[in-house]
Amino acid sequence: MRIMFLFFVLSAFSGSVFADAGASLSVPVALSTSATPAKIDSGDTSWVLISAALVMLMTPGLAFFYGGLVRRKNILGVLMQCFIILAALSIQWVLLGYSLSFAPGSGFWGGFAWVGLRGVGLEPYPDYSATIPHQAFMIFQAMFAVITPALIIGAFAERMKFSAFLVFTLLWATFVYDPIAHWVWGVGGWLRNLGALDFAGGTVVHINAGMAALVTALVIGKRNCYDKYATPPHNLPFSVLGAALLWFGWFGFNAGSALSANGLAANAFVVTNTSAAAAALTWALLDWKFTGNPTVLGTITGAVAGLVAITPAAGFVGVGAAIIIGICVSVLCFIAVTVVKHKLGYDDSLDAFGVHGIGGIWGSVATGLFASKAINPAGADGLFAGNPRQLGIQLVATVVTIVYAFLATYILYMIVDKIMGVRVAQKEEAMGLDLTQHNERAYTMLE
Amino acid sequence: MKLIIAIVQPHRLEQVKDELYKEEVNLITVSEVLGHGRQKGVTEVYRGMKETGNLLRKIRLEIAVNDNFVEPTIRAITKGAQTGEMGDGKIFVLPLEECVRIRTSERGSNAIG
Repeated sequence: MRIMFLFFVLSAFSGSVFADAGASLSVPVALSTSATPAKIDSGDTSWVLISAALVMLMTPGLAFFYGGLVRRKNILGVLMQCFIILAALSIQWVLLGYSLSFAPGSGFWGGFAWVGLRGVGLEPYPDYSATIPHQAFMIFQAMFAVITPALIIGAFAERMKFSAFLVFTLLWATFVYDPIAHWVWGVGGWLRNLGALDFAGGTVVHINAGMAALVTALVIGKRNCYDKYATPPHNLPFSVLGAALLWFGWFGFNAGSALSANGLAANAFVVTNTSAAAAALTWALLDWKFTGNPTVLGTITGAVAGLVAITPAAGFVGVGAAIIIGICVSVLCFIAVTVVKHKLGYDDSLDAFGVHGIGGIWGSVATGLFASKAINPAGADGLFAGNPRQLGIQLVATVVTIVYAFLATYILYMIVDKIMGVRVAQKEEAMGLDLTQHNERAYTMLE
Repeated sequence: MKLIIAIVQPHRLEQVKDELYKEEVNLITVSEVLGHGRQKGVTEVYRGMKETGNLLRKIRLEIAVNDNFVEPTIRAITKGAQTGEMGDGKIFVLPLEECVRIRTSERGSNAIG
């Protein structure tokens, strides 16, 4: 099964991808239109700092979204994994990750110039933003680095050892997230130089985490109960609350990526909300038509899918495109999650690949279709604005991310598995991760 | 002495309790359980994954009675819980060997009521 996937992906990769790599397009893709001299703007700064806080809230929001979907004996496991990522990755980021991702280095990664935030001060760094303190940009990006590995948790929920998880996550952040972030967003990053458009992280966050999720789900294997009985969510109200926090925080994720308190941020805010709404509605209707009734789980899943898909496009498309993007992502993810997953028989427990992977791929491609310079002159026109070349560039970025995330995650997983074993023992899986990994019970039986 | 165990629908509990109090049966223990007899469950759907024939929520009553209260208790429970639909529930009568009132350490038939 895994061999099939690797083979397919390698042949697709070798066939086409580097057609555009020799292009002379070297204009860095600016996230905002400012070419002004470096001067701190209080509106921009406050918006970016608030956005950083909004994105931070998405990680506990995700924790409850996922937590409500697992069985009651495993919820603390999920919450702990999310919280520890917030802690561990926050440190990794300031010590090493920010440098690897954003320091102006080679095309592959940023290098070590900014290790320990050396050289990252309170004055603006105009290559990223001329109007906010450099550290504001850094801490905003930190929250992205935190939530991306947390998305993968959905794939291996209820069966991964905590120790292996911690090691794997730190390695993954350093060798998968940081390089891809550099390629797409860093100064000197080769995908950025190619002209790939990714406003807030369709490739860097969602395709990346989605592919990592697929790999880990395939390699760690199905949960023991998977073929025997269904495991319904133990607390859907938690999941709804989590989804609401995600939607709220996503305004920081997308609109904050404008790095300015201006019209572009407003555009990103509007299309983010619109895409989420269209997608939520669509999934509810699909549920109604194909499974009998609209479900809460389906509706919130649709909302999240809509948010995923608009992420790369938020600063480049308008409301009409947002509606289409939202409708289409729900159709695609609905099929991926309810049909394809069961047909192929892999246990992506909480649909991290089905929602973030598939949604991110669609969003990245849709950016190549719908992007318009009328929305953002510093971006590019897409296919429907008369520029088919951008679609090609988007496909390159998409495929590259898919392949690298898949392979690199696979290698890291195998290393960690060799060193310490990744999956819990059968007995522990039956007792639940809360008790076996953390000596804690989420819900007391008596007092 | 007998121990009566009754499984009834959750939404009939209040009527069952009223009927029992009318028969002067005031001491009961109530717990929530899952179960089914011949009644089929509702289909639950989670991201396209369907589950049918599930265990349903039921209420379980445990009542310790002296022999002369067995028939009145059965009558009361039946009156309160019966709807004529499948899923109304069941009543089991078990022999009870000993009964102790913890507060006073009384035993036997005096301790039951």
